[in-house]
Amino acid sequence: MGRNLRMRAAKEITARAHPLWFAYILHRLSGLGLAAFMPFHFWVLSMAMTAPERLDGFLKMTEAGVVKLAEFGLVFLLAVHMFGGLRLIAFEWLLWRHSQKNLVAGATAVSFLIASLFLLKAV
Amino acid sequence: MMSDFLKVTIERGPDARNVRQVFGVPAYKSQTVLDAVSWVQQNADPTLSYRFACRVGMCGSCAMMVNGVPRWTCRTHISKVLDGNAVTIGPLRNLPVIKDLVVDMDPFFDKWIAAEGVHHGGLTREDQIAPVDERSAERIEANSGIECINCSVCYAACDTVAGNPEYLGPAALQRAWTLLNDTRDRGRDAILAAVSGKGGCHNCHSIGSCTAYCPNELDPMSAIAGLKRETTKSFLGKGR
Repeated sequence: MGRNLRMRAAKEITARAHPLWFAYILHRLSGLGLAAFMPFHFWVLSMAMTAPERLDGFLKMTEAGVVKLAEFGLVFLLAVHMFGGLRLIAFEWLLWRHSQKNLVAGATAVSFLIASLFLLKAV
Repeated sequence: MMSDFLKVTIERGPDARNVRQVFGVPAYKSQTVLDAVSWVQQNADPTLSYRFACRVGMCGSCAMMVNGVPRWTCRTHISKVLDGNAVTIGPLRNLPVIKDLVVDMDPFFDKWIAAEGVHHGGLTREDQIAPVDERSAERIEANSGIECINCSVCYAACDTVAGNPEYLGPAALQRAWTLLNDTRDRGRDAILAAVSGKGGCHNCHSIGSCTAYCPNELDPMSAIAGLKRETTKSFLGKGR
């Protein structure tokens, strides 16, 4: 059953895939990713008050390449969620009806650029 | 280049996901998806149920899922949707299947009524006919949605409908937006109340499948965005 179901799912997704649908999925997934990250973020921040030595240890860990790569992903999620959200607000409230495809592509590209600049600065 | 025969898979039965039948349908020039379905019904299996009427894209009764995409089958050339020489045809998504390719359209039309997609007259037969300014912004807005043929392609394309059966859907909401902008309609408060409720316009995530797949190239997504603005303005206005 597994393979058939997977193929069917892939086919159905491809069948309704269009730029704004991808934008929707990206917005949802980035939102979920950020929501999952937030508790961890605050937990680490809280160490400044509760366990400063442990916080130092954590901060030292951020020097590692793999953590920097994860941070790149995080910055991308943050940027793409922000620009994607601004696009939706502009569409729904400012009547920016046209060029939605270009705006989606632009928002994703700018987010990738910001995340890449962050990574280049970090390494 | 098409081969002589097309492999047409049709999803059948009320439980369409389980029953798939394959037919070899002779190919010819300018053949539509509806032509292929009709050939099967007339030559291979007379028990196949499907719906059509005008065959020229006006009546909105022949919409089906074609390779997973909702389409008006009478105006869809089969050569444009073939995957190799194969095509899969199924009943519209998001609506109960009655038999084979025929879906129950009742939930779709019930939601038109629920969204106040009915004319709210304010004049009697003794009154003068209300003048309509063709160039006013409201009329241009209303005109952009009046070519809807109720085919339910947008409703079948909508992932929000799939996830939330109470959601009124793109067609009903676009109808509400058209009436809201029609100077002859006096149901503004009723419409705004209907579309701001539980299954109303604020459920829309602006995924845009309705606009992407509307066969008449209408833009229900923008109409729903208009309703979001008007309902919010009305809500904030009441608070003052």
